[in-house]
Amino acid sequence: MFFLDNAWLTWALPASAFVVILFFGRRLPGKGAEIGIAAVGGSFVLSCAAAAQWIGRGTIGEGEERVRGAVDHTLYTWFSNGQVKVPLGIHVDGLTVMMLLVVTLVSLLVQVYSTAYMHGDRRYTYFYAALALFTASMLVLVTSSTTIFLLLGWEGVGLCSFMLIGHWWEEKDNSDAALKAFFTTRLGDAGMLIGIIILFFANGQSFDIARLNRAALSGGIDHTVLVVGAVALFMGVIGKSAQFPLHTWLPDAMAGPTPVSALIHAATMVVAGVYLVARCYGVFWAAFRVGHHPAWHGISYVAVIGAITIVIAAALAFVQDDIKKVLAYSTVSQLGYMVMALGVGAWTGGIFHLFTHAFFKACLFLGAGSVSHSGSHHSFDMKKDMGGLWRAMPITHATFVIASLALAGIFPLAGFWSKDDILLTAGKNGYNAFMVVGLVGAFMTAAYMARTVYLTFYGEHRGGHHGGQHSAAGHAVDAPHESPLAITVPLVVLAAFSVVAGWLNGFGVHWFAEWTRNEVVVQAHVPEYKFSAPTAALSMAVAVAGIGVGLLYYLRHAFGPLHRATERSSLARAGYRFLLNKYYLDVLYTDIIVGSIKGAIARGAYWVNQRVIDGAVNAVGIGARALARFTYEVVDQKVVDGLVNGTGASAEGGGSVLRRLQTGRVQQYAAFLFGAGAIGALALVLYANQGAR
Amino acid sequence: MLLNEFLFLGALLFCTGVYGVLARKNGVLVLMSVELILNAVNINLIAFGAFRDTIAGQVFALFVIAIAAAEVGVGLAIVLLIYRNRRSIDLTDVDLMKG
Repeated sequence: MFFLDNAWLTWALPASAFVVILFFGRRLPGKGAEIGIAAVGGSFVLSCAAAAQWIGRGTIGEGEERVRGAVDHTLYTWFSNGQVKVPLGIHVDGLTVMMLLVVTLVSLLVQVYSTAYMHGDRRYTYFYAALALFTASMLVLVTSSTTIFLLLGWEGVGLCSFMLIGHWWEEKDNSDAALKAFFTTRLGDAGMLIGIIILFFANGQSFDIARLNRAALSGGIDHTVLVVGAVALFMGVIGKSAQFPLHTWLPDAMAGPTPVSALIHAATMVVAGVYLVARCYGVFWAAFRVGHHPAWHGISYVAVIGAITIVIAAALAFVQDDIKKVLAYSTVSQLGYMVMALGVGAWTGGIFHLFTHAFFKACLFLGAGSVSHSGSHHSFDMKKDMGGLWRAMPITHATFVIASLALAGIFPLAGFWSKDDILLTAGKNGYNAFMVVGLVGAFMTAAYMARTVYLTFYGEHRGGHHGGQHSAAGHAVDAPHESPLAITVPLVVLAAFSVVAGWLNGFGVHWFAEWTRNEVVVQAHVPEYKFSAPTAALSMAVAVAGIGVGLLYYLRHAFGPLHRATERSSLARAGYRFLLNKYYLDVLYTDIIVGSIKGAIARGAYWVNQRVIDGAVNAVGIGARALARFTYEVVDQKVVDGLVNGTGASAEGGGSVLRRLQTGRVQQYAAFLFGAGAIGALALVLYANQGAR
Repeated sequence: MLLNEFLFLGALLFCTGVYGVLARKNGVLVLMSVELILNAVNINLIAFGAFRDTIAGQVFALFVIAIAAAEVGVGLAIVLLIYRNRRSIDLTDVDLMKG
């Protein structure tokens, strides 16, 4: 079990690549890219080997209880304080192995893709260094056995996200977006830190996650403490996984280069929150009593947040003209699916959706990047610069359509199976309202993806004018053409995975459920359901209806009265403006909350400045002058001079006394030494006797 | 165990050594007295080590013996140089460090 026991190698490789690229990258022929690709490729091979060993690992239990034992190792004790030890360790189970595969594969493909996409960028080497650091942090996050080590990876990916969103920081919008992403997620992280500390004490002063899950499930932790801890921990998830109401940073994060969006803001970092809930599932399961019917025990907070996120984000995707923003809102919405799935007890469904979503969403982002790279002069505006590109870019077009269908949940592509699993489990567990929300979300997803695909690849070509958003690479104005191999190969690989990944948990096959099942799920008795045709038919029908409506609306201009409704009806116009302004959440955050606090703080600071500081400065000035005079006349002339003279005189006097001791005779010195030693020993004996008495 | 007897022997040796260091004029004899002091310490270390049933005392004594050998080597070299320069090893004559 070498590869499972040494899963830390997967992050050690990119971490060392980061250092190498940072120091030597510029001098290498590939400017550091080859180091990054080699390291992540190595990690991918290690992950594949770990997956093979995991699948071959012996199981215990029968049927739904059949589970493979997790590998748990302490690598190193970070620090210890009294009885509290903080170990850095790895915990490898099916969930970890699945995440290892997703992270390393997508990271590898994105790095290959970036060799073409980022070609000639001013900070090419730096870009690869940041990607390597990101990959290492993400792998630390998924292999960690303790919450504190997980937090280390969590903050690491946050930092890399900040660095990469602001990659082109010369434009103020980009650096603003980076700051916004960093601060918004930080708001959630503050809650998460509190949650980690609460659960640390609740868990008998241990950060160990496996132990935490066991304690939570067996009732070893007081329920109130558990709820408070879980809510605080979930704040981190809301921030990192862009859940309502902190989802606003993710669409702005699209200011970063497109490969970054594909890797960090679609496939890996934003699912860290989902991973956290799945990893600490015992806590959430016990705290919100997920396994019980909601009608009896209140409503699962996690599921509610997820459900709200699905709908509001999907609605926003309709009014965006920037293709990356559509995909960003789609990501938010799909993350809502995963969170809702975990909230309604669909553990397998949630992480299966995470798995499939990583492939098709990364494919969509990279496809959008390919379009802007070779088809629309570095613009992402679907309405102004795209349209009719299917003929010029056949591979990009084909992969984009496949991934869109997978996202919409069309049989037999990947998204169908995972979405179906979530809807089925929600229904069977008695969360019918959430199942309806899921279906509504599926309909909206299909419709906005139909709109996106239509606007990008069909209709008339609207591009042709010069002046893109990111003209950094300095391409000549030329007709849309297919992208180079470095871009199309990752697209094809991801599209292939978007087709086949779902079959791991398809008809009669439940490999994914079996491979990822861990001790926590078994201990909690999280229910698993087999494929059910009626639910599948329902979700399929909804998806097809969504695509149909979308296509009819844009292609055939059906639903006549609805077109140009915004020009006729003030109500429709208001609704459109409401969506366009993203529910005014940004206004609420920046202008109302931050603005009011900032204004008060600024006024307060001004008042303090005028009255207190200026007054203090003046007083200090006057006082200083008086003090200076006093100092000169009294202190300097009398005290200091006196002291100086006195020091000299006393040194002279002392010297003349002491020099009598310095006879130069060794034996006299020895006598002093032994005399002093004897006095010291006597004092020690007396002191010890006193203490003993 | 007869701890007190060993400590008594150690104290006696120590006092003899201190007397030698302070009173003898011959440099070589002073060095030998220093050796006596060190060996008094060794006896104490071993006695306490045996008393508390630990090996540490003996290990420490071994260290002291090794360092004492080095010390006497350096000391005799100094004495030899003094003799070469002054044709005498009377320590009362060596008072160049007088302040």
